[in-house]
Amino acid sequence: MTEPAPTPDVWDAVIVGAGPAGSCAASVLARAGHRVLLLERGPFPGSKNMYGGVVYPRILDRLHPSWWESAPMQRWVTRRSTMMLTDTQAVSVDFRTTAWGAPPYNGATALRPEFDAWLAAKATDDGATLLCSTTATGLIRDERGHVVGVHTDRPDGDLAAKIVIACDGVNSFLAKQAGLYEPVDAHHYTLGVKQTIALPRRTIEERFGVRGRDGVDIEILGGTSGINGGAFLYTNLDSIALGVVLEMTKLGRQRRRPEDVIERLKQHPALSPLVEGGEVAEFSAHVIPEAGLAMMPKMTGDGLLVAGDAAALCLAAGIWLEGVNFAMASGIYAAEAAAEALAAGDMSSAGLAGYARRLDDSFVLRDHRRFRRAPKLVLSDRVQHLYPQLLAGTVEAMFRVDNPQPKPGLRRILAAERKRLGIRRRDLLRDTLTGWRTFG
Amino acid sequence: MSGRYPAQSFEELIATTRFDVHERAHIVVDTDVCRDCSTRECIVACPANLFVPTADGGILFNYEQCFECGTCYLVCNREGAVSWSYPLGGYGVVFRQS
Repeated sequence: MTEPAPTPDVWDAVIVGAGPAGSCAASVLARAGHRVLLLERGPFPGSKNMYGGVVYPRILDRLHPSWWESAPMQRWVTRRSTMMLTDTQAVSVDFRTTAWGAPPYNGATALRPEFDAWLAAKATDDGATLLCSTTATGLIRDERGHVVGVHTDRPDGDLAAKIVIACDGVNSFLAKQAGLYEPVDAHHYTLGVKQTIALPRRTIEERFGVRGRDGVDIEILGGTSGINGGAFLYTNLDSIALGVVLEMTKLGRQRRRPEDVIERLKQHPALSPLVEGGEVAEFSAHVIPEAGLAMMPKMTGDGLLVAGDAAALCLAAGIWLEGVNFAMASGIYAAEAAAEALAAGDMSSAGLAGYARRLDDSFVLRDHRRFRRAPKLVLSDRVQHLYPQLLAGTVEAMFRVDNPQPKPGLRRILAAERKRLGIRRRDLLRDTLTGWRTFG
Repeated sequence: MSGRYPAQSFEELIATTRFDVHERAHIVVDTDVCRDCSTRECIVACPANLFVPTADGGILFNYEQCFECGTCYLVCNREGAVSWSYPLGGYGVVFRQS
């Protein structure tokens, strides 16, 4: 890093949060020649972040070409499984492709404290100033009500900025203070809890059928002790990430604690051979904005933009679970819009309108609009508690060889399973139609 | 499913996570408000197991191993029970392998 430039009285932009959104925003603005301060409340970027996750890096190609040569990725995801669990059964759709094991890679696992730190270092290489261990505690407004800076928890810690970009995560104090959110509804959130379990590289390769730096992403429905949500298992280089995602209100209204839910999941016959013998290296938790369009705040104010999880941009659409890529893209678009506003000298909402336009025209809001029904469907009681049993029961009956009984045929099996589980034909039809409309 | 005890205690589990604890609590729970609460969702939901019921009907809360996730303020349905903020910059949970 070169000699730090003298601290200006007024930054062109103060970006709150050096996660994926903030660091990408900082890079874009710094490269455009602006004086950018990137604030991070943790001791280093990524110290306050975790996810159950895969980084989908296409959006990074333009910003940091050949990022794979320096980014600290764990494994390239070449195999992904969608697994549905009942207490005793598992049905998986398992896919692998060699194409994803070579540049530019479709997705990769990473440890957030490493990945976020790398991305922030790229931003400082680009000329942004990074200030860690500093929490933004509130917005500063001028007499017109325009945002002109942030208070921080440092002594004499007020910072003046022409534009503030709030990338302060799922609980975003700044977006809430700015009145951009509707009153918080706990139904829109899930709690992610994870164990990072150490296992030797070779063991991971043997258990998951991969070689070298290839890895696996398993998304799980069921196995969460009756609490609506899901689970996941990802392979890092020499550890696996195993965790659960639990709907906030359902979690609160039952008796099993999150760590017990994970423990029971680890004992499931489909998973216990995969995690056996591993020691927990780290235990972590983080809240996830799950509801997509239903919960998103306004993202533009006078002198203010909101990006990343602070704008509730995670996509939780059943088999597509993405957050980091949405955060990075929104950070880039926020910075591009901010650069336009700074050039025109108009940092009002109107001057910053380029942000909403970019989000609208890009995968960020297009994907969310396409899958807007998905969070509710995936978390619904029938999908969560009945359909895994229907599917597993049907598949088991299909493959059961019950001689001297002749094979009954799929229609009879499905009808019998449906009846056994008390699923009404019209509900199954309606859900199938909704599923088609949601994902089709 | 077997009825085995969990592989390790919660204390051992959370000991794997680093916390740089500041002397000042960043979350404060008003146990008097909690006395009127019948649902007590914080007790089961907090992933760090920081909310403990007391014999006199209140809630005891310890901030030191907090993940700063926000679950408590989200599930709490009592105005004024949980005063939630982040720890002082640089303090609190420090993830390293998550």
